[in-house]
Amino acid sequence: MKSFSRRRMLTAGIAAAAGAAGVIAAPKVVRRFGLAAPDCAGPYGPGEALTYAASRIIAPNAMAREFSRSWISKEPFANSLYGPIPAEFTKHKAEGFANWKIAVGGMVMHPTEFSVPDLKQMGRSSQITEVACEEGWSYIAEWIGTPLALVLQEVQPLAPARYLVYTSMRDGLWDSIDMHDARHPQTLLTWGMNDGDLPFGFGGPLRMRLPKQLGYRNVKYVHKMVFTDSLKGFGKGMGSANPEYGYSWYAGI
Amino acid sequence: MQPQPDARVVAGPRHGVVVRVTHWLTLVAFVALVISGVEIVFSHPRFYLGETGNVNMKPLFTLPVASSRDTVPTAYKYILPDQNGWSRYLHFEAAWLLLFVGAVYVVSGWRSGRFRREIVPQRSERNWRSYWGVIGGYLRVTPRREESKTSYNVLQRTVYFAVIFVAFPLMIWTGLAMSPAFTAVVPWCPLIVGGRQTARTLHFFLTWGLVLFFITHVAMVSTSGFVARMRGMITGGDGAVCADAVDAVKEGA
Repeated sequence: MKSFSRRRMLTAGIAAAAGAAGVIAAPKVVRRFGLAAPDCAGPYGPGEALTYAASRIIAPNAMAREFSRSWISKEPFANSLYGPIPAEFTKHKAEGFANWKIAVGGMVMHPTEFSVPDLKQMGRSSQITEVACEEGWSYIAEWIGTPLALVLQEVQPLAPARYLVYTSMRDGLWDSIDMHDARHPQTLLTWGMNDGDLPFGFGGPLRMRLPKQLGYRNVKYVHKMVFTDSLKGFGKGMGSANPEYGYSWYAGI
Repeated sequence: MQPQPDARVVAGPRHGVVVRVTHWLTLVAFVALVISGVEIVFSHPRFYLGETGNVNMKPLFTLPVASSRDTVPTAYKYILPDQNGWSRYLHFEAAWLLLFVGAVYVVSGWRSGRFRREIVPQRSERNWRSYWGVIGGYLRVTPRREESKTSYNVLQRTVYFAVIFVAFPLMIWTGLAMSPAFTAVVPWCPLIVGGRQTARTLHFFLTWGLVLFFITHVAMVSTSGFVARMRGMITGGDGAVCADAVDAVKEGA
């Protein structure tokens, strides 16, 4: 390279400006490739679009870090619960969650209700993974549950299904994942923790476990799952209750 | 005959257009990252070493501030408003901008030889004597030598080098070490810095390092001819530096 001319510097400067423009245009680009996060709109849309699309493009099948037993936290922490408690939930709690069921429906061949024993019979998987909260704190625990992939085999999602919407009975929280995350081998419907039942505070009887995403996506007390081709009809259409509170839908970072 | 080259050097821009554009975009990203980062820290102003850490565990240190979460014990009776939603959206959006802008800056600086000419401390000056000479000059507030208008001294070079090639890369690295999706792809990312919580603590201290640089940088610019320096970084200004400009002029000649 002989020299670095003013023209070349101008070109590079334009490239830098184009990079910034590229960030702004990200939501439009990812939408084209079907990689758009449902909440990638507004001033923070470009960032969310890039983060989710990158997670899908760069090693989407990567496995969350797993630890040996000695790493299990002796002092895990569970967030307290907020908001009014639905009567239905109080009733289940009084029964010791013996009659807890999860209804799986929407775009599936066989809509089914599963009890916790049904899930246990279907299959068991365990993982020692870290739960990291968006606030910054974390702990490691062994999570025991039924791989969501096995549930998918039972209910047979239809071809157009693109998302799985899952809902908590306790606090009205609901969230969704794409089919890729739904089929990921580490995605569990968790009913056990550290060799015992899943404690109530940690989401027992049944909690969604997504070790590649932050804690708030791991919804507790799940009782309903719906497969869908579009998230438009759910809440404000942003894929989860979280964006309605200002939090991002995708939480892999 | 009078020697002419000096007049030609003075005719070139002080900073090339790549440096100018990336400089200001970096400022935008940096300010957004610091503001949103501070907001996020308020949700858990406790820091730990190792892989895990939460309010049930002993922190390395706790900041003497109130928290935006009632689960965090602090010396204050009030809870700050939760700002994590937009802060996290903005933090990662700004991080993307910084990543793109940084890539353009580094590639252009490397290919043009600008880093070698202006940032890497010159071989002849890599000794304590040179450093003490510069520091002594600053302390005595001696008038700057002519050449310091056209080139960076060894202390400036060392600090710029550390910011560009140590602090910012470590900042990105420790940030990614907190991402459950990224660490799934690169599991040794948090390992080599000592775990997820150590990465978070380093991220915090590196922020202070960069903020300190920012304050010093602005102070130095203000005391060494603020208007001329700002002109240099906005329009390119006249008079100066840089070998890029010399090349450009030579080429035109």
